[in-house]
Amino acid sequence: MASLKSIKKRIVSVKNTRQITKAMKMVSAAKLRRAQENVVAARPYAQKMGEVLQSLAGNLEGDLHPLLEKRDAKKLLLIVVTSDRGLCGGFNSNLCKAGERYLKEQQGEFEQISVLTVGRKGYEFLKNRHTIYKNFSNIISKPNYQAAALLAQDVVEGYLAGEYDQVVMLYNAFRTVMSQDITFQQLLPIVPDDQASGDEAGVEYIYEPSVGDLLAEILPKNIEVQIFKAMLESVAGEHGARMTAMDSASKNANEMIGKLTLQYNRARQAAITTELMEIISGSESIKG
Amino acid sequence: MAEKMKLEIVTPYSKVLDQLVDEVTATGKLGEFTVLPGHAPFLTSLNIGELCYKVDGVAVSMALNWGYFEVQEDKIIVLVETAERSDEIDLERAKAALSRAEAALKKLNSEDMQFKVYEAALERALIRMQVAGKAARK
Repeated sequence: MASLKSIKKRIVSVKNTRQITKAMKMVSAAKLRRAQENVVAARPYAQKMGEVLQSLAGNLEGDLHPLLEKRDAKKLLLIVVTSDRGLCGGFNSNLCKAGERYLKEQQGEFEQISVLTVGRKGYEFLKNRHTIYKNFSNIISKPNYQAAALLAQDVVEGYLAGEYDQVVMLYNAFRTVMSQDITFQQLLPIVPDDQASGDEAGVEYIYEPSVGDLLAEILPKNIEVQIFKAMLESVAGEHGARMTAMDSASKNANEMIGKLTLQYNRARQAAITTELMEIISGSESIKG
Repeated sequence: MAEKMKLEIVTPYSKVLDQLVDEVTATGKLGEFTVLPGHAPFLTSLNIGELCYKVDGVAVSMALNWGYFEVQEDKIIVLVETAERSDEIDLERAKAALSRAEAALKKLNSEDMQFKVYEAALERALIRMQVAGKAARK
């Protein structure tokens, strides 16, 4: 049986771990709330943006905007949105594995596949397996619109320059605190919803400047908004996942402490019993 | 005809404003315009500029960054990247941004990639100061 001292030591160390996991859980819970608020706050913007885009696309005549045009897809860019920090259960690894599977499937259809990673974890996972086109770390922990806009501009420029013909974004969509949905979303070329072009609202808008000019401005903005939204969702998901992971870690630590304490008490009891036996037998022998 | 219009200003971070107003003036791509109740459906993009709305004779101005402006039957939706009310603007920060942008512009020539970025920054700072200045005078 392990010595009393070593058991005691282990109990202390598990207690320390529990303290950390508990604290991380609390922090994540607080951050999660804020992240969730951000997601909710960004929703009307994204939604309205989509509405305007649809009403514009429905009224578009003549040439398609290059971002709407469907090209002969040969080169694929996959944007993988992960977190910078770990300790959040399967949040990053599940996403990366899904990305990996997806890339394997697509390998036959595209001549060239490159990956753009947002967040350190995805970069570390994928850097040895695929060509990393670009990596954006350190923007995901505090998502702001400017960072998303820069990233989007980069993507759009590359697309217009013909470095890739299709852009797909992979991220963890926030569903509930406990679960995230791994989501593939095609960013470019932009696919307008079919239904919107069917039922034109019947309202004739005055456009200023022309529809084409407006569309040219709004389409890249739409990409920014989509990326921003994905980043927000991913952050909310990350905190949710971390909270859940830390919660179960704390529970495990509690269980562990219980087991160790039992072991410790048994060892102590055994030690006392042997000591008593020794004393009794010693006094017996003196008497005798 | 309704006497008031509903004005909604939305940014990626929040809904800044949701209010009934009498009159809205903004700077569009092709210049300044004013919308009164009963305006025809209208859609335009906004430059970096000022937006001013009036409620019961009281005018409030805001500094806007890029966005667009949609009028549908007595409802106005303004989607912008940032919107700051005149009393929220940090004048010191705007001044600092202005001098930074000016200094950067002097070093660059107009073909530089960065030129446009700083030009926009300059414009934003100027508008902020203009809007904040108006509030101070009142």
